[in-house]
Amino acid sequence: MIEVKDVHFTYPTGVEALKGVSLSIRNGEFVAIMGQNGAGKTTLVKQFNGLLKPTKGEVLVDGVSTRDISIAQLARKVGFVFQNPDHQLFSETVEEEIAFALRNFGFKENTLKRRVTWALNLLGLTEYRKTSPFMLSGGERKRVALASVLAWNPKVIILDEPTIGQDHRQKEILRQFIVQMNAQGKTVVIVTHDVEFVAECSPRVVLMAQGQIVADGDAKRILTDPDITLRAAIVPPQITQIFLGLTDLGLPTNVIDVSEATKVLLEYLEGGKR
Amino acid sequence: MAIIETENLTYTYPGATKPSIRDVSLTIEKGEFVILTGPSGCGKTTLCRCFNGLIPHFYAGQLEGELTVARLKVAERPIYEMAQRVGLVFQNPENQLFALSVEKDVAFGLENIGVPRDEMRKRVDWALQTTGIQELRERAPHELSGGQQQRVAIACVLAMQPDIMVFDEPTSFLDPLGAQKIFEVINELNKKLGVTVILVEHRLDLASKYADHVVIMDEGKIVLNGKPREIFNSEAARLIGVGIPKATRLWQLLQENGIQLEGVPTSSEEAARLLREVLKA
Repeated sequence: MIEVKDVHFTYPTGVEALKGVSLSIRNGEFVAIMGQNGAGKTTLVKQFNGLLKPTKGEVLVDGVSTRDISIAQLARKVGFVFQNPDHQLFSETVEEEIAFALRNFGFKENTLKRRVTWALNLLGLTEYRKTSPFMLSGGERKRVALASVLAWNPKVIILDEPTIGQDHRQKEILRQFIVQMNAQGKTVVIVTHDVEFVAECSPRVVLMAQGQIVADGDAKRILTDPDITLRAAIVPPQITQIFLGLTDLGLPTNVIDVSEATKVLLEYLEGGKR
Repeated sequence: MAIIETENLTYTYPGATKPSIRDVSLTIEKGEFVILTGPSGCGKTTLCRCFNGLIPHFYAGQLEGELTVARLKVAERPIYEMAQRVGLVFQNPENQLFALSVEKDVAFGLENIGVPRDEMRKRVDWALQTTGIQELRERAPHELSGGQQQRVAIACVLAMQPDIMVFDEPTSFLDPLGAQKIFEVINELNKKLGVTVILVEHRLDLASKYADHVVIMDEGKIVLNGKPREIFNSEAARLIGVGIPKATRLWQLLQENGIQLEGVPTSSEEAARLLREVLKA
């Protein structure tokens, strides 16, 4: 469980990125943190694994303040996948990259091998085992970064912009994968701008603007409210936009998913014929 | 008039065992707005690097086939000459930015080609304004957020006023409103200034309404090439796993259920309009 208590954070440059954020994330929750560029999303999630410590207020992970525990200890529990894979990758081969953290955490060699193989397989990277991460495309590097964190099986997984550079099929794999991890009891926190992805996953959505939380609730409620989304520089999902353009016909506006949209439209048309 | 023509273009990076693009034959007309998409790793970025000569001049490797851009044979022209014709906005803005202030970064390309000082000021101002980052003028690019950096990278290329602008996922770090604004900027460059635009993009929901030509690649080859409506509605696009706009997908699902709309929508406005006709009938 992650508890954020009235956290303020000011960078050394003087930029106040968080202005009193309180939030509690229960074990096994799936949360999407959304909002404008510079709203403080990444700054907030970096507090979860102790990469940043609050200037004021505190963050508790399983009841322990992030000030009282080392990043190394926290990292075992809270895995963080960076927005830009180039900030994370450095090894000569994909395999080495994934093994690196495991070695640091002191996994035995045979467990390590098994985990590396598992992670490579999971993210469709087996053919790149011996390839340099820097020879891979942007989307592939992103998957290597993800694999290297998943390999040590942290309880909480933070994904900063996981869908950037990912094509539709990989997003679908990522989605199923998040749902699966979540079903296994892992807490998943994603930071994202990708409204369509969030519409398909339907997690709890925390909206941020200017260093504060401006809305918190389920995806369907938050993403279909044009006033709220505008405040956080989000555009409602395309399906919602279609329905927002048809409100005068008495159609609902809280539709985010394409299958649901089809169902609603079919019912509407059948109702009309009766 | 064709501004980019490739014929059987095949390229292998140094040390790679297989080509990243294979037998690419493509014609892009002057003034077109082209979306280039396809699964990650399919060769989109590699193809873009050919357009301004980074391939083969910077990346070396093995290039075969023909490539003519703005009537210039790319293989025979230096990068600095191609760079004035073809502006490339990188996928990762950090690979592009290096100066200590945004203003200096935007002015850098202009200084290199010897643009007079007054003209340089004008162009820098215009580029900053068009991308909405005037207030970042004095800031250091490396201290900015990913989204802000992306805008700076676009401003740098914009200032050069090239005939062709290639954007490699230019909005991947931007919030949706920011992305929409960038797409509108790109669209304006295309429609008002006649700049030929090649946009590499996965977020088709936001981008496809601007395009008049869609190219889909898979495993280094061009697999679909034509008008957006035809492409998005093709079974092949679905099979490759291209994320067609939700509006188009909705149209498909309705059609499977026996409901016919008057056209294939690629944007929410269009879908709402077409649905209205059916729902009111």
